[in-house]
Amino acid sequence: MNQAIAFMSILMKDMKTYYLKPPNISWGIIFPISWALMFFARSESAVDSRGILPGVMALSILFGTTSMLAVTITFERKSRSFERLLLAPISLNLLMLAKTTGAIFFGVINAFIPVLFASFMVDLSGINWLAAFFGVILIAVTSTFLGLFIAVSVSEVFEAQTFSNFFRFPMMFLCGLFIPISNLPALVRPLSFMLPLTYGADVLRFSINHTGIIQPWISYLVLLAFSFGLFLISTRNIKKRWIY
Amino acid sequence: MNTNIIEVYNLSKQFGDFKAVKDVSFSIEAGEIFGFLGPNGSGKTTTINMLTGLARPTSGSIRIAGQDGIMNIKRVQQIIGIVPDESNLYEDLSGFDNLVFCASLYGISKNNRETRAKLLLEQFGLADAGNRPFKAYSKGMKRKLTFAAGIIHEPKILFLDEPTTGIDVENARQIRKLVKDLNNTGTTIFLTTHYIEEAERLCNRVGFIVDGKIVHIDKVENLMTGDEKEYIIEFTLDTHDSTLTKSMIQAFPGTKVSKIDNQKIRIILKEKTDLAPFIKFFEDSNKLIYEARIIRPSLEDVFVKITGIEIAKMKKEKDEKK
Repeated sequence: MNQAIAFMSILMKDMKTYYLKPPNISWGIIFPISWALMFFARSESAVDSRGILPGVMALSILFGTTSMLAVTITFERKSRSFERLLLAPISLNLLMLAKTTGAIFFGVINAFIPVLFASFMVDLSGINWLAAFFGVILIAVTSTFLGLFIAVSVSEVFEAQTFSNFFRFPMMFLCGLFIPISNLPALVRPLSFMLPLTYGADVLRFSINHTGIIQPWISYLVLLAFSFGLFLISTRNIKKRWIY
Repeated sequence: MNTNIIEVYNLSKQFGDFKAVKDVSFSIEAGEIFGFLGPNGSGKTTTINMLTGLARPTSGSIRIAGQDGIMNIKRVQQIIGIVPDESNLYEDLSGFDNLVFCASLYGISKNNRETRAKLLLEQFGLADAGNRPFKAYSKGMKRKLTFAAGIIHEPKILFLDEPTTGIDVENARQIRKLVKDLNNTGTTIFLTTHYIEEAERLCNRVGFIVDGKIVHIDKVENLMTGDEKEYIIEFTLDTHDSTLTKSMIQAFPGTKVSKIDNQKIRIILKEKTDLAPFIKFFEDSNKLIYEARIIRPSLEDVFVKITGIEIAKMKKEKDEKK
């Protein structure tokens, strides 16, 4: 019960305090909205708009979650208020889950902003919403833990944003969202399959356009494995670097 | 019966080749105020961090309230409060929300944490500023709210790291009073400060730490009396010169006499002595006695004597750091 009170309190405080912080607005909200509008505006037909929807959704999640973590963790670490949390009688795993759950929510909300725009332009019937929703959640969890991994590795908010872009932009172009993986140079192709977003985007393509190349259950498992691995590495880094 | 609430044995902390804390051992009794004094980089904060779970000891053991302070640190954290050397609450939250949030970290229910937050804001003279964001607080107010956050869950032991550094005299006085009041209710207090006079006023016992080693631990009263048991009496005369000092040494063999200035003269005795012969000596030497007083060494004098560290330098270093 005590742990549940602490968990909820950390989660609610982060949502209240950080959702509208400048880095979240610029990278987490304005950037994905601009992307969504840009792609929808450039689409020559309704079919095109639906074709790019999985990609725009995946990017919105990726940018939303990683931006949120750069603020909630790095900012608090810098101001030393994070020490207060480390000194509280709650386990490190629970603390980090509390700190990341807000970002996962933020990512899920972000994913549906492009869907909202698309709903005015495209017929969205025939989408497997359940599979898409699971995909969105798993992309949000994986991206959040990627954000956590980045936030734990740096000490300044701007470093976190820069380091995030080091992962985000290559992922954008290598995960098959805009250039099909089969069209990528043979040397680069294996790299695509090492990126979590490749599996996330494929699940969304599968559930929205029925055009995925990987079995959804494989993508779900790979995303779960990425989430687990990134969380484990991040908490280990915290123990090593912050509880020195 | 063992009344020690904190027991530390051979505690060490190594960072690469540098040993920040070297085989430190000490114990603190329940209900006492223990002061940890030392210059910058002496290992005070590293020791506190190890006791509170923010750093892992390289070797040694810690027992806090009967619990293993290394293996069961999360249980220990339930009964300890920490006021760090910097006010580290959330800038965007109000004073009230900050306290309520800190209480929630200890699993306190909503009604209880709100009641406790209101009570503490009242007690710390911050009731009117309760709804203001933390970033709008003055330095002294921030310090007081950080203190309040440290005791929101009514800890058995409170770790106070430099509680009055960088704040004005009035707020520092209020904080010292709050420390005393808290201790009167039974809370054990572990205090680090570079204001030696603050430790002298507040602490029952103090430990001096230099270069990661504890060089001395004792009750404040014992330190002030000193091992040598010297009694210093200072006379203020109308005037005197070195001839008077010489004739005094001849008249009172075995007594140390030193000239402070043209009016003041100090007599250092090994035991309590009747002052009448000294007064008669001054009268016979046609000197007027304006004042005679016992000089007690301050904790600062004792600190300097034991550690060889100048207080002014220590304060300057700290203030520059702040």
